[in-house]
Amino acid sequence: MERTEFKTKLKRVVKAGLFNFWRSGYVSLASVLVMMESLFMIGSVIFVGAILSVVMQEFRNKVDINVYFVATAPEEEILSIKKKTESLPEVKSVEYVNREQTLINFKLRHENDQLTLQALEELGDNPFGASLNIKAKEPSQYGSIANFLNEENILSSDGKKIINENTYFKNENQASINKLSKIIKLVESFGLLLSITLVFVSVIITFSTIRLAIHISREEISVMQLVGASKNYVKGPFVVTGVLVGLISGFITIILFFPILYFISGHTENFFMGFNIFVYYLRNFFQILFIVIGSGVAIGAISSFLAVRKYLKL
Amino acid sequence: MSITFDNVSKKYSDNCIALDKVCFVVKPNEFVSIVGPSGAGKTTLLKMLLAEEKPTEGKIMLHDIDISFLSSKDMNFVRRKIGAVFQDFRLLPQKNVYENIAFAMEAAGRPDEEIESDVPHVLELVDLSPKIWNFPHELSGGEKQRVAIARAIVNQPDIIIADEPTGNLDPINTYDIVQILKKINDLGTTVILTTHNKGVIDSISRRVITMQEGKVVRDDPTGKYIL
Repeated sequence: MERTEFKTKLKRVVKAGLFNFWRSGYVSLASVLVMMESLFMIGSVIFVGAILSVVMQEFRNKVDINVYFVATAPEEEILSIKKKTESLPEVKSVEYVNREQTLINFKLRHENDQLTLQALEELGDNPFGASLNIKAKEPSQYGSIANFLNEENILSSDGKKIINENTYFKNENQASINKLSKIIKLVESFGLLLSITLVFVSVIITFSTIRLAIHISREEISVMQLVGASKNYVKGPFVVTGVLVGLISGFITIILFFPILYFISGHTENFFMGFNIFVYYLRNFFQILFIVIGSGVAIGAISSFLAVRKYLKL
Repeated sequence: MSITFDNVSKKYSDNCIALDKVCFVVKPNEFVSIVGPSGAGKTTLLKMLLAEEKPTEGKIMLHDIDISFLSSKDMNFVRRKIGAVFQDFRLLPQKNVYENIAFAMEAAGRPDEEIESDVPHVLELVDLSPKIWNFPHELSGGEKQRVAIARAIVNQPDIIIADEPTGNLDPINTYDIVQILKKINDLGTTVILTTHNKGVIDSISRRVITMQEGKVVRDDPTGKYIL
């Protein structure tokens, strides 16, 4: 028995796979359309994930606590508290605003309010104390930071209070921050769960479509075996067809994202707090291309491989 | 290559007996017809030769190899020594005539040059050269069966098994197919034919094995169709 080289076998398998795809016409078209739906879902999950991440980050950035010090608080003690606060693992950043800057900020904020500015002039001295603006890594961590600062307040020098006010404990702030923290967590968890579910369902649908396409060829598979073809030689062309379905669907999906995202971005940029989904797509184009086409090729190849295996009974 | 059925039985899970202690030997280059009513076990017998079915008891020997215990990989090599022709043709519908025949050669690992020269040659033998680029759905029943025969003989097998190859054909095509099978046998290939067609059996005038209810009930060296 003459043995053909691996290169020749590969050439034959690839050629047979391409011919299968072309000659199966409507079945190939149906597979491509269903695969596109699946890849579209995978792409959408990437975009929704990016939008969620940006929007949630914006929400996080909007949450902070301000600690206002009494006007007589010595700067070195404030800076010492700043240093201690910065060393907490929950703290993302601490910004120190000194008394002079607070006065300038106040004047800028009230530049059109002559009455307030006059009242300030009459006081003569700077009535404002310095402040620390603290941002936590996660909104849920503000409680522990605020409690830490409360303890620091108690332990301040000379037994005097140097912290005038901590906004965390003011009115409804504490409840609002906790609520927001819960909402962010819920949105992120739900988003992840929904994404995984949608991707899973669409991948299963694609798997079933490709299995159905191969089910049509089950007689053909047994004939191939009866004329002496090895299992791998029978599987090969079907896997090539599956890969081709994935490649073509991936490319069409990637191309379709351009007009769709361009259209969406024009209408949603303000809604998504300035996040332009089309610009995001262009910036991450090669990553998304790799994920979408890679997923298509993997789904096509794996589903074909598993489907053919089922009919290789001999 | 001789074929030996040694006490071969096949029982299905519902206790239906398809073959019951079948014993016979087919010598190299013999032309054997197997006849019998539907359900007699003719097709099961041929399926066992291709290892589509495994016997419940007994041995099926090809020369000195018991094919009942071959791995699927080794069975591929055995199948390349057996050409099969079926009543329903079993051509690959997405491949044209050339590709259907070439596939059997590719499966056997034959080089491209050999395929390019042998396929047109074998199509000449079955008188189907003008249809080389046609697809199965563009052929008549007789033409499809000739493609199936061409595919079966292209690897120069030791044995041809033909399971009611004339079942779907008109008398003229039936005659042609029988003549082709006789010619193949004359060239040195063992042929095992199952059929219901009395005319075919009588015209061949070779060995006839008659089966009934899974048993061999008659084995005539130059038999006629008798039930």
